[in-house]
Amino acid sequence: MNDTRIRGAEIVIKSLVAEKVTTLFGYPGGAIMPVYDALYDYIDQVDHVLTRHEQGAIHAAQGFARVSGKVGVCMVTSGPGATNLITGLADALIDSTPLVCITGQVASHLLGTDAFQETDVVGFSMPGTKWNIQVRRVEDIAPAISKGFHIARSGRPGPVLIDITKDAQFALGEFTYAPTFSVRSYKPYPPVNSKMVEKAAELINGAKKPFVLFGQGVLMAKAEEELRAFLEKTGIPAACTLLGSGAFSEDHPLYVGKLGMHGNYAPNILTNQCDVLIAIGMRFDDRVTGDLSRYATQAKVVHLELDPVEINKNVKADAPVLGNCKESLSLLIDQVHPSSHHEWLNEFRQLEQEEKASVVARDLSPTKTGLTMGEVIRYVNEFKDDDAVLVTDVGQHQMIAWRYFDFKNSRTQVTSGGLGTMGFGLPAALGAQLHNPSRQVICVVGDGGIQMTVQELGTIMQTKAPVKIILLNNNYLGMVRQWQQMFFDKRYSFTELENPDFIKIAEAYKIKSSKVEQREDLSEAVADMFLHEGPYFLEVVVAKEDNVFPMVATGCSVDEIRLS
Amino acid sequence: MKKFTISVFTENFIGILNRITIIFTRRGVNINGITASESREDGIYRLTIEVTSTDEQIVQLVNQIERIIDVIKAFYYKDDQVVFQEIALYKLPVSSLDPGLEKVIRQYNARIISAEKDFVVIEMTGHKEDTQELLGILKKFNIMEFARSGRVAVSKPMQTLDQYLQ
Repeated sequence: MNDTRIRGAEIVIKSLVAEKVTTLFGYPGGAIMPVYDALYDYIDQVDHVLTRHEQGAIHAAQGFARVSGKVGVCMVTSGPGATNLITGLADALIDSTPLVCITGQVASHLLGTDAFQETDVVGFSMPGTKWNIQVRRVEDIAPAISKGFHIARSGRPGPVLIDITKDAQFALGEFTYAPTFSVRSYKPYPPVNSKMVEKAAELINGAKKPFVLFGQGVLMAKAEEELRAFLEKTGIPAACTLLGSGAFSEDHPLYVGKLGMHGNYAPNILTNQCDVLIAIGMRFDDRVTGDLSRYATQAKVVHLELDPVEINKNVKADAPVLGNCKESLSLLIDQVHPSSHHEWLNEFRQLEQEEKASVVARDLSPTKTGLTMGEVIRYVNEFKDDDAVLVTDVGQHQMIAWRYFDFKNSRTQVTSGGLGTMGFGLPAALGAQLHNPSRQVICVVGDGGIQMTVQELGTIMQTKAPVKIILLNNNYLGMVRQWQQMFFDKRYSFTELENPDFIKIAEAYKIKSSKVEQREDLSEAVADMFLHEGPYFLEVVVAKEDNVFPMVATGCSVDEIRLS
Repeated sequence: MKKFTISVFTENFIGILNRITIIFTRRGVNINGITASESREDGIYRLTIEVTSTDEQIVQLVNQIERIIDVIKAFYYKDDQVVFQEIALYKLPVSSLDPGLEKVIRQYNARIISAEKDFVVIEMTGHKEDTQELLGILKKFNIMEFARSGRVAVSKPMQTLDQYLQ
């Protein structure tokens, strides 16, 4: 009889193929070598991307997942390989990004002995994963991967880590793959309570000044159409969170802007004047609410949310509608009355004019010397495609790019929202680009953040991923400097950088580049960047001490938002 | 702040206790006592955790526990909603055995569960206040060692786990 058994290492790869994984980000090393060896026979089925650091691998997987809606996959070795994933795991957990991370582990007889590159990865990653498991037997590999994918992608998505010992990778076993559809202890989609939907509809139908806040939950539930239909039927103005951008077109007459610390003037102020606040797929992050004790206290709150933990966590809901918002919105659409709120909408427009006249004009059409970050984004909008993806790092450039980028389509933004991970941008852009090489991916980064993961230029060089990188260089850790200016008496403690010649770095990685220092050169430089087929590195030297406004300072109420 | 008993029903999964306790650690909530055992259902474990918390926080803690993939269900109770007991063991030198001690043992419904050459072990089951009171008294009898378990508790509300299994 033929022995049909194969090595655990090959079972790992066959399981990934069974999950239709096409792209895998990783970095080899001792304890994962058997899997890399097995991968060698499957390179026609799985595209493996060798990053330059494990952190780059996981952020790339995050970028891939966020634009595709699929599970991002990365694979690294034990010890330092695995610990280098921790930041990405925490980032993916707080931003609900589906990931499956496979880590090699020393042979099981060495566990707990401080063997070379042995570390308690399951323990390390426990608070940073939705689920994790250590697999020590070959027969457990495929079931663990199957369960991992189900958990990562279902319900509120999140990162899963599967740690596989080297002896399990070498051992022989039969390969059978059964996709997981349910786990006894895990109910990812709580049923929508029709009573609560009725209550929500009642509140919405009776509202004079209703206001919708939508977040990433809409994107994850693929409920963009339901959101639009709901808004158009009810005529309710809607604002988005950082991660909700793109779920509803910014060109729509009911779109009134962005929420939060550096969001728009009108939606922040009017949060405290609406009578019914309808939160859809968002979690009332402190960057959105400002001082909670003075947040929308006048309003009745309707909260459409999948995760029971988020209900009443920060803001008490009068009508908590637990469940998938695609489903609850569909039910709600049938029960709400057609309406319009012209006067109320006008209040948004008036405040918007105030913001435009002061902040926006100064940012987008500056007259003073020194380029602004905003005017760079203005030219990006002029030349970009409608479905171009904006990937940002963390800091001033992130807020400015988010504020001014023209989000027309769904899944057009990738950024580190909850964790605020500097160094996220460049590798995430690589991952987003590799999902679809023909879609424009624009990576906006600062001079601080890019240096945290600059080595991934090497991966961009090797993969030829045509990412358009725009470095907004102000020679400062700009956001921290802004806070030092505003709240720490301009004591610029360790925020000024002596930077390398970034163009030379780009050249060293054979990436076409250019540098802009004068306003009159900007438009052409941005246009040239988009005309170039491969990866491109555009450095724009911007004003050194520019600030991001509007701003809701820490401890302030949302209606205390400042324009300067 | 009040005392709550949390009952957690889990799959038998390595690391589940760690996953649960880090939820308390993260919020800086001290666990007063914890016990683990099997439940009525084969293969399903139950943890009984006693914490001091607020009405608002306890809901969030329990929601977060329940979000753990391998947790089947978590409940929380105030003290009047559970029947609970703790067990305490007291080790005393044989030389302390006298009619006075025997009287105390009878009075507290305690009993001697082990008598060795040099020492005896007294067991008492009850609530913390009672076992603590006995501890105070036994200090006068040169107590050598003391240990008390976390609480084991069953709920008064007539809910069962069955409805959460499938």
